[in-house]
Amino acid sequence: MVIKHKRQLFGDDIARSEITPRALFENRRRVLRAAGALAATGLVGVNGEALATMASPDAKGQKLAATTNTKFVAMDKVTSFKDITSYNNFYEFGTDKADPAHNAHTLRPRPWKISVEGEIKNAKVYDIDEIVKLAPLEERIYRLRCVEGWSMVIPWIGIPLSEIIKRAQPTGNAKYVQFITLADPSQMPGLSDPILDWPYSEGLRMDEAMNPLALLTVGLYGEVLPNQNGAPVRIVVPWKYGFKSAKSLVKIRFVEQQPKTSWSEYAPKEYGFYSNVNPNVDHPRWSQATERRIGEDGFFTPKRKTLMFNGYGDQVASLYRGMDLKANF
Amino acid sequence: MASASDVKPRPATRSATSSANWIVPAKVAVFLGGLYPLARIVLLGVTGGLGANPIEFITRSSGLWTLVFLCITLAVTPVRRLTGLNALLRFRRMLGLFAFFYVALHFTTYIWFDKWFDVLAILKDIVKRPFILVGFSAFVLLIPLAVTSPKAMVRKLGRRWQTLHSLIYPIVVLAILHFWWMKAGKHDLILPKIYGSIVVVLLAWRVSVWLRSRIAQGRAV
Repeated sequence: MVIKHKRQLFGDDIARSEITPRALFENRRRVLRAAGALAATGLVGVNGEALATMASPDAKGQKLAATTNTKFVAMDKVTSFKDITSYNNFYEFGTDKADPAHNAHTLRPRPWKISVEGEIKNAKVYDIDEIVKLAPLEERIYRLRCVEGWSMVIPWIGIPLSEIIKRAQPTGNAKYVQFITLADPSQMPGLSDPILDWPYSEGLRMDEAMNPLALLTVGLYGEVLPNQNGAPVRIVVPWKYGFKSAKSLVKIRFVEQQPKTSWSEYAPKEYGFYSNVNPNVDHPRWSQATERRIGEDGFFTPKRKTLMFNGYGDQVASLYRGMDLKANF
Repeated sequence: MASASDVKPRPATRSATSSANWIVPAKVAVFLGGLYPLARIVLLGVTGGLGANPIEFITRSSGLWTLVFLCITLAVTPVRRLTGLNALLRFRRMLGLFAFFYVALHFTTYIWFDKWFDVLAILKDIVKRPFILVGFSAFVLLIPLAVTSPKAMVRKLGRRWQTLHSLIYPIVVLAILHFWWMKAGKHDLILPKIYGSIVVVLLAWRVSVWLRSRIAQGRAV
């Protein structure tokens, strides 16, 4: 009874942040599909911006206008805003997947600086507000596959990672890009737990980072990134397991040697540098052949088959031609 | 360890007759308490409170409550001996059966909603994840204990009932190992350590009782 009463108290809140935008969103996707089909025939263009603005939720979280990039719209059913923002792995705020939503309010995403440095001609410290203006913001709907065996479909907002790389002008020595997350104990209670060697660090090979799919991300669901999703800026690399997409970035560093990355330092036999989504290469402790789509699979339908490169093989398979993906897991 | 007198119900003893007026309501209370974890899951399910991954929630919740009921069941004998409250023994069967009920829910959630009865996937999972084999063994070992829990079976089996039900000790050790191993992936060992300590205390008490009785026997001879 008590629980029911609580739900009623919070009812208004839920209706605004979850149900309304979701309904608008699905409506928009119908429009988009039709528009996409028309655009494909060359008859009309797609005015994505107006549509995206329409979809912006009016609840907490600042709106962020973006143009939908129809080349990067997964046709899967989008996961609810509530699930995307309440089920997160972000160990800086605790190891339970409910922890980030509870604890990340202590993160201060403004003001925020990101240092772009290393083997480049144009080293620069960017303000987050400059990043947002580097290129027109795009909305892209990507599948996200977690190494733990679950997945979501998320409407991200960001700019191609290549935009910031081009401006940095990498030298010939820049073979890899390293991404470093904030590690401030006053903002991140999870840092008191030395599970990982803080700060969180991730990396990509240069050609992976330049791939058009790699997104420097500042928002989702028409809003600025919620703290628990890696505010104010993160990367999203949809063909790799979720942990490769580092959150709350303070440093982008160009290096010659393959950088140390947090999870492969923690358990080198379990988490490789590449960590491409691959149903044929199991994690040593569990199968990667299937996944549970959050909000869809489980009670009424079995888990679904995981796709090679999370279904992005057309765009990225060429990056790994000739490589043994079992050895380079 | 526990003597045969632990086993046989003694309805004729003084404590039982004098306490009969509170035992029935207490049994009802324990029964309702035992249903609380299930009621919580159902209520949260109805109100959409199971989170983004309800199957994971139910699996973890039913697993943890199994461990809670195993610990409470194991605590009956030490608490009875320390307090002299012999009537506690009359709650042990129900507590043990609740442990079995929640492990059955735990197991069903796994083979049904997680694996959809895909035997091959389950076998592969067992090979990949030894903690599943450990948990599965604990579940299988609990089945004969649940089956032999009725009073008629207790009477029929006599002393062998006691021997059979000593299986609870390896079962609870396997359960802790299963939980520990599952949580080790994230180094999140706070709960396994708490439950592990409780089990160590409960088993150590029995070992010390057994040792003391051995020493006493030695003196007698």
